[in-house]
Parts: sequence; structure tokens; C-alpha cells
Amino acid sequence: MAEETEALSALHVLEYNYTRSVGPVIGRFLTGLRDGELLGIKSSSGKVIFPPVEYDPETAETLIEFAPVGPAGVVTTWAWVSQPRAKHPLQKPFAFALIKPDGADTAILHAVDAGSEEAMKTGMRVRPRWRKERVGFITDIECFEPEP
Amino acid sequence: MSDPVTGIITPVRLEYTYTPGVAASRFLKRIASKEIVGQKCPRCAKVYVPPRGSCPKCGVPTEEEVTVADSGTVTTFCIVNIPFAGSVPVPYVSAHILLDGSDIPLVGLLQEVAAEDVRMGMRVKAVWVPDEELAPTLLSIKYFTPTGEPDVPIEKIMEYRDA
Repeated sequence: MAEETEALSALHVLEYNYTRSVGPVIGRFLTGLRDGELLGIKSSSGKVIFPPVEYDPETAETLIEFAPVGPAGVVTTWAWVSQPRAKHPLQKPFAFALIKPDGADTAILHAVDAGSEEAMKTGMRVRPRWRKERVGFITDIECFEPEP
Repeated sequence: MSDPVTGIITPVRLEYTYTPGVAASRFLKRIASKEIVGQKCPRCAKVYVPPRGSCPKCGVPTEEEVTVADSGTVTTFCIVNIPFAGSVPVPYVSAHILLDGSDIPLVGLLQEVAAEDVRMGMRVKAVWVPDEELAPTLLSIKYFTPTGEPDVPIEKIMEYRDA
């Protein structure tokens, strides 16, 4: 009898909110996003690390000197997402890219809304598309878009 | 100027398709008619609830299906004092319950009893959801509640205490 040998199957959802304090450096970075600006931090050797980190990756010194960067920058590498999933930043084909804002020495991972894969190029210039209602979260940048 | 950002909330969500396998599927289907079935090992004769299709001790398939009671004995328990989203009011008790006729305890919620009154050896029975809400899920058992019968002596449940 089919009823006796068929295995059941069900959709399970595991979901919870993870609440964390962000500390003074990431806090300042997120506050900047809310205010519509990108902030990096100066390392001991004078490089600007973006997004900012609390300690120097080479000397472990505490870093305190923030530096505005961008907000426009260049794509240093990217991957095309042709079929976005429900939780992806854009619900149409887009690129995940590392973007190095002008004045920064490191890059941030974000989405680029280029319209098509052919429009993506390493070295292309992009600028943030800010969300209208910003809360102090990485999604305050909706995505980056090609500079006209 | 508005306050600096000091914290963030990051939602974590995992969606997955769960299949319990044939043996546990049969168990769940019977749950929907208020029947609890296990499987008996042909070698060591232990009865496993929920059944998994094999005996973890002997490593042989378990095919013989046996119905066990919806009453049993608390072998060990935990008093939960920290509430979480969706939890029943604290303090509450989560217990290992050895159903009569089975050889492995199920984890169940104890209700209608004060946490400090729960004991190892306490006799309990299942309280089912109303018939129209019965479904192939362990949620069909709302919780377990004391029967009022005398406790089972601890020696009789020693074997199952740490299971």
C-alpha cells in the first residue's frame, strides 16, 4: 500500500533575529551609511581600510583616524548572478562585486545593478544608489550602479 | 544630529525540505490518528519510538511495528527558566518520557504541574490536540501531564536515565 511506504516531506523554516552590538568602529561606519557617507579608517602605514576595522591588520595597533572615501569607486572583481534568490539584494540579474571606493585601499562586497552581464567590467566605475529610508545597516546602500 | 548606531539586528532564515524517512513517516501518519507506533529490534527486542528503520545497537533493520501507550514515565527532565520567542511561560519542564512499551524516551513538554513538583519516575500521559487539529506531526501531542499514579521506582528506569 502506497500510504505505508511513502516518506513524508515538509518545508521547515528555522528563523531568528540575531542582535549584536557593533562597537565604536563599525558603529561609526554604519552611522555614516545612515547619513549617506562612506567612512574608511587609516592604518598605521597610512593606507585607508574600507570598511573600517578596529585594529591594524599588520601591527595590531588600535585604529582611530576615520577617513571619508568615495562614494564612487571601481569594481575590482565581480560575479554575475543570473537567477537571484529571495534574499539577494536585487530581484533581477545583478553582479556581486568587490568595489574599491576612491581614496580607499581595500574593497567592499556589494551588489552592482548593471542591467546585463555584458555591461560589467573589471575596472568599471560605479557609485552607490542610496536607499531613501536609511537605518544604519549595509542595505542602506541599495546597490551600486555604473557611473554615467 | 541623531544618535550613533550602536547595534544591528540580522535576521537568520533557513528554509529546508525535511523528509523523516519511511519508518518515521509511518509513525507520523499514525500520530494523526492518536496512535504511537515504534519498531522492535529482531535481535535485542528493544522498541524504538520514533522508529528509524534500524536498531542503532545491533545494526539490523527493524521491521516489526508495535503500538506503544500514550502514557509513560519521566526518566529525566530539565527546568527551563529562560524564555525565548514562542516558548510557553517559564519556568516550565521539558522531560524525557519513556512511553509504556518502548525502550527509548521521547522529549516532551510537561504542563499542568509546577516545575518543582516534577520528579524522575513521575507518571505522565499525553494530552492531544482536538481531533480536528490532528496532523502527521508531533505537535499533535500538546503536552504531557501527570496521571497521579504512584511514581515508578528509580531502579526501574536507571537503564533509560541518560538516554
